[in-house]
Amino acid sequence: MKCLFIESLGIAAPGLAGWSQARAVLRGQQPYVAQELETYQPNLLPPNERRRATPAVRLAFRVAEEAVAGSSLTADHLAGVFATAEADTSVLHRICSALAEDSRAVSPTDFHNSVHNAAAGYWSIAAAAKLPSVTLTAHDATFMAGLIEAYGLVHGDGYSVLLTAYDLRPPEPLFGGRPLLCNAGVALVLTAERTERSLAQLDIAPTSVSETTMRDASLETLRLGNPACRALPLMHLLAAEESGDVCLAGTGEQRWQLRVQWL
Amino acid sequence: MQPLGISHYTVTSAAGRGRDAHLRALREERTGLRHQTFETCPIPCWIGEVDGLDVPLPAEHAEWDCRNNRLAWLGLQQDDFLNAALQLRERHGATRIGVFIGTSTAGVFSTELAYRERRETLGPLPSWFNYRTTQSCSSPADFVRRVLKLEGTAISIATACSSSAKVFASAHRAISAGLCDAAIVGGVDSLCLTTLYGFNSLQLVSPEICRPADATRRGISIGEAAGFTILEKNTSGLALLGYGESSDAHHMSAPHPEGAGAAAAMRGALERAGLTASDINYVNLHGTATPANDASEDQGVCTLLGTETPCSSTKGWTGHTLGAAAITEAAISLLCISHDFLPRSLNTQHKDPNLRSNILLAARETKVRHVLSNSFGFGGSNCSLLFGTLP
Repeated sequence: MKCLFIESLGIAAPGLAGWSQARAVLRGQQPYVAQELETYQPNLLPPNERRRATPAVRLAFRVAEEAVAGSSLTADHLAGVFATAEADTSVLHRICSALAEDSRAVSPTDFHNSVHNAAAGYWSIAAAAKLPSVTLTAHDATFMAGLIEAYGLVHGDGYSVLLTAYDLRPPEPLFGGRPLLCNAGVALVLTAERTERSLAQLDIAPTSVSETTMRDASLETLRLGNPACRALPLMHLLAAEESGDVCLAGTGEQRWQLRVQWL
Repeated sequence: MQPLGISHYTVTSAAGRGRDAHLRALREERTGLRHQTFETCPIPCWIGEVDGLDVPLPAEHAEWDCRNNRLAWLGLQQDDFLNAALQLRERHGATRIGVFIGTSTAGVFSTELAYRERRETLGPLPSWFNYRTTQSCSSPADFVRRVLKLEGTAISIATACSSSAKVFASAHRAISAGLCDAAIVGGVDSLCLTTLYGFNSLQLVSPEICRPADATRRGISIGEAAGFTILEKNTSGLALLGYGESSDAHHMSAPHPEGAGAAAAMRGALERAGLTASDINYVNLHGTATPANDASEDQGVCTLLGTETPCSSTKGWTGHTLGAAAITEAAISLLCISHDFLPRSLNTQHKDPNLRSNILLAARETKVRHVLSNSFGFGGSNCSLLFGTLP
């Protein structure tokens, strides 16, 4: 299989508010403190849209904006993969609550924000990004599925890709059915060829090795607590600026080896 | 691009179960839409409901029981699809076959019922509710993978009404990049209150049967459907020759007024197939019958193909099956190619004089070699598929 090049990245999770903090924590230079993320105001959205933006849109924009800021490419030159296991559970909660009442007054805004690809839609509008964009889910393997889709867009279709993975902590009572522990997202800009901004080369191959875990117990809880955080072992290698292998679970019995070569 | 063979396909919608039922309904111009209510929803409209979904899944799949997976299960039983998929597994191995399923709302109907059951207490959801196997958009791909005993990549693509078109593009990428050798590509979307009340809140549900391209069209009729195809390299016969995808970057729930995104998707499909406008014998339109969609799509079609290429929407038979619309219309497009038949725009009485494309008001028997099938979704997600045959 061919390789990908990672140009830039974004991250947002409790105690990992942006790449510079995440890098220091993952390198062991700072202790990990799981501090809640503050509400993010997306830069790309106009002020009135910014106020109305749903939690999933804010989260996706936060990590996507950080990744694009570090890339040599602008957002309108990137195809999109939005990998989110459950998308906006706060909107789902409002709609199902409304449907349980006698009036059944579903808000039209909630309805158009309820589509799984809402963040992708807002992103394309805000960034004037007209290239193909795929929104997908594969339960807890959603980040890996997104990376595979990004690989296909890069090597099958010849695009550079912004991969954005994000999931929210669902509100009650949905939390009982899908206990994702926190809001978290990661984003990567991936290209087919090495550029002057490339940080690392990434090779993907099937493997039978078991999933890589995080040595720090709190970070391991975080990894298991949100599908986007299944990317943490990869982020750990990138933070250390080291070459090495990690293994991520795919769907079914599949496991994937991600080989990072720091450039 | 390297075309991919479609070695098997099936579709189940309100118009019938399986390919033959759909072909008969198309030729006899018999709609599957009925003026009736869904569950407790009193909104006066026509819906495309699939009968027989009151039967629970067999015991071995009981954990996955919900309306959406029942529809997937029913769909997999038609046209001997299940056997064809199991034979595919024998040929390629369980980890080398990808599953790519489009959906927009998966099993949200279960969540709606669960919320209704807790309305007095506002406490936890009832113990029968299983989020992962019903509500989650990942459920249909996971369910299909398990039914077919596959162990490879299985993703749900959820880009609203383009979902089950984009699965073809995603599967093609995965196969051409060597990530899998063959793919089960399909879509499943079922009736629920979210879409009925939601589209109604946007004033997009027609009180009459949907009338695509009609001068006085009043909106959509919502339907449900399941469809599946097998994509493989090196086969002869029916094939995916091209696909094109684009983002409108215009509005969350309204199409680009000049159909720029639609034209870009169709252009992408033509370019990948190495074909030109004159090679296209028929366009199966997205044709939802909302005033805005049909006008926008018409501009996109005319920009790219001119005003002569025969076009029709087949949503008059099935209703708008949302995340399963594209797979339903892919199956209809393949029937058109196999039977040299072009369906009319059903329920269209007086063509909108503002529409310039060649909307078919009568069916045609004619040689059909290449068909474009359009699907557009909320968030400005556009996808166009180009079907034909391989020698």
